[in-house]
Amino acid sequence: MYYLGLDLGSTWCKGVIIDNKKEVIATSLEKTGYSFIETSEKLLDELFKKSSLKRKDITKIVATGYGRKSIEIADIIKTEIMCHAKGAYHYFPEKFILIDIGGQDNKIVHIGENGEILNFKLNRKCAAGTGAFIEESLSRLQVPYEKVKELIEKSDKDITIASFCTVFAQTEIIKLIKENEKVENIIKGIFNSVATRVIEMETLHGTVVLTGGVIAFYPFFKEILEKKANCKVKVPPYPQFSGAIGAALFGLNSEFHKKHQLVL
Amino acid sequence: MKKPLKSFKKMRELMSKHFHEVYEASQDDKQKVAWCTSVGPAELLHSFGFKVYYPENHGAMIGASKKASEYIPYANAIGYSQMICSYLTSDIGAFLKGETPLQKAYNIPSIPKPDVLVYNTNQCRDVYDWFSFYGRKFNVPVIGISSPVNVGEVTENIINDVATQMKSLIPTLEEVSGTKFDIDRLKEVVKLSYECTKLWKECLFFGTHIPSPLTFFDYTVLMAPAVVLRGLPEAIDFYKEANEEIRQEMKKGLTAVPDEKVRLYWEGMPIWGRLRMLAELFYELNTSIVVSTYCNSWIFEDFAYDFDRPFESMAKAYTELFIVRNEEVKEKVIANWIEEFKVDGIIYHEAMTCPNNSNTRYGMPKRLQEKTGKPYLIINGDLNDMRLFSDEQARTSIETFIEQILENK
Ligand code: SF4
Repeated sequence: MYYLGLDLGSTWCKGVIIDNKKEVIATSLEKTGYSFIETSEKLLDELFKKSSLKRKDITKIVATGYGRKSIEIADIIKTEIMCHAKGAYHYFPEKFILIDIGGQDNKIVHIGENGEILNFKLNRKCAAGTGAFIEESLSRLQVPYEKVKELIEKSDKDITIASFCTVFAQTEIIKLIKENEKVENIIKGIFNSVATRVIEMETLHGTVVLTGGVIAFYPFFKEILEKKANCKVKVPPYPQFSGAIGAALFGLNSEFHKKHQLVL
Repeated sequence: MKKPLKSFKKMRELMSKHFHEVYEASQDDKQKVAWCTSVGPAELLHSFGFKVYYPENHGAMIGASKKASEYIPYANAIGYSQMICSYLTSDIGAFLKGETPLQKAYNIPSIPKPDVLVYNTNQCRDVYDWFSFYGRKFNVPVIGISSPVNVGEVTENIINDVATQMKSLIPTLEEVSGTKFDIDRLKEVVKLSYECTKLWKECLFFGTHIPSPLTFFDYTVLMAPAVVLRGLPEAIDFYKEANEEIRQEMKKGLTAVPDEKVRLYWEGMPIWGRLRMLAELFYELNTSIVVSTYCNSWIFEDFAYDFDRPFESMAKAYTELFIVRNEEVKEKVIANWIEEFKVDGIIYHEAMTCPNNSNTRYGMPKRLQEKTGKPYLIINGDLNDMRLFSDEQARTSIETFIEQILENK
């Protein structure tokens, strides 16, 4: 038996297939584009290609993320916070704080020792501190993402871009450019700023788990956050697929829905 | 959706009559119109025979008409910031544009011109600035009460201070109305307000019933007489009838949402431009919002403090008010209502332009969760400025919150 999870996010769409031992069999990733329907089809094609499975081998498809209600192929739809929590708890079955930094929003979820959600927060209606902010800043600096790690390793100054707002942050970057600040230090400042936005949202203590696209693309961000928050951060395998894995896991134990008869 | 109660229709007729009366008074030299803040000294104004108009009620109508975002820029352009009360900016913006929701709702061409504007800063300072704008426009007096803020215990000193300020309004009100102050008349009006309050409380407390017959969304409509007609017999007649109708319908099985699974508390202002969307969302989620600080704020039991000393009773009633109190008192009040209404969780609306009604900014949600064990959710938005509200983010948060409560039940 196989279960397919789709996390249809605002910037990226993610898909996974898991088996009934909860092992990840295949993953796929696509830019969201303009149609959740088309993008999900692409995800499915890729997943089936990678896993050599067919549509009929899949017991349940579960969709989550902003686009979860836009597609018809899902058997179950779930909110992304529930799926992210489930996906992360799968790898860390204990009480922890989950931080998911995605393309356009950040989520902080307190998870109890049985995997239950105790509390959660989304960032405000602003892209500051999210993947979109990093992307825009890098594109302004004309630095491709493959070069970021190498540049950051060279940085010799701990700048933080302090503005709350993405537009103001960009003007701060322009000021640094004007002052001839080294590009590696500016880039470090951008990631420091993302970490600051996160610690403003919640006091981090105990076990902290970091997921989402930002940590997947920029694994060094773990250390930056650890330093800022003064705590240890764990990253699960497939950090960008945490929501999709959670969705697939919901497929696996879909009894919950029968119990509450709620389609969310 | 469930079939609407007859009381909703009655209420609309009552409001139409009210707005027509106030507007006609503003067109008639012999009658006088006073503008009053929503928790201002309305009883005193009624005792002089003023027709009383409430700009905040008008602000809420603009919000519900979804035109606020269209009007706010006009107020911004003359220097009223986007960051201040969006009732104020949308109301002033509508005025500058020469429009009012009264036109469409009641065929009334404009807001009624005031003869005097009377405020109480018990809720916020914005009302003073709001009324001052119109005071300058219409060249009429702006008078009021500067209430203490962050009040713990409402002491005799505070009551005397506020009562003295109320008394000091008399000379201006006598001059504008051409009527001599009559303390017996004031005593009668305060008693009428008290009667109204008792009935409104009874109406709100139908929400303690499981399943609840009404929700916050019904109450934001049903509350209008308690706000704009308190002190008048019409409000009393209305709630007597409405409460009776609700009691009868409850016997026949009236419930606000089908198969109520979750009961919630709403803390903060209504999001007027999204009431329908939110009402439908909670309905789909089998969730009743059974109690709110906002609607409960028009319960003024202290009108009965001392019927022989109406100023002191009003002073106490309008200072015992939730919004005037310090965090400690507010937390106690909310914790009591959480218990009385048997709620599963609390939603805080953090209204960007109304810090006064947003109890999320000084750590209260976490403290109350520790105290009551009830989970909470904070929604960022606004009362009127829907540019500050994200439908998708709110929807996702609410759906998750309900799921969270159900899973942990
Ligand atoms: S309490 Fe808030 S909504 Fe009411 S008038 Fe003051 S600022 Fe505006």
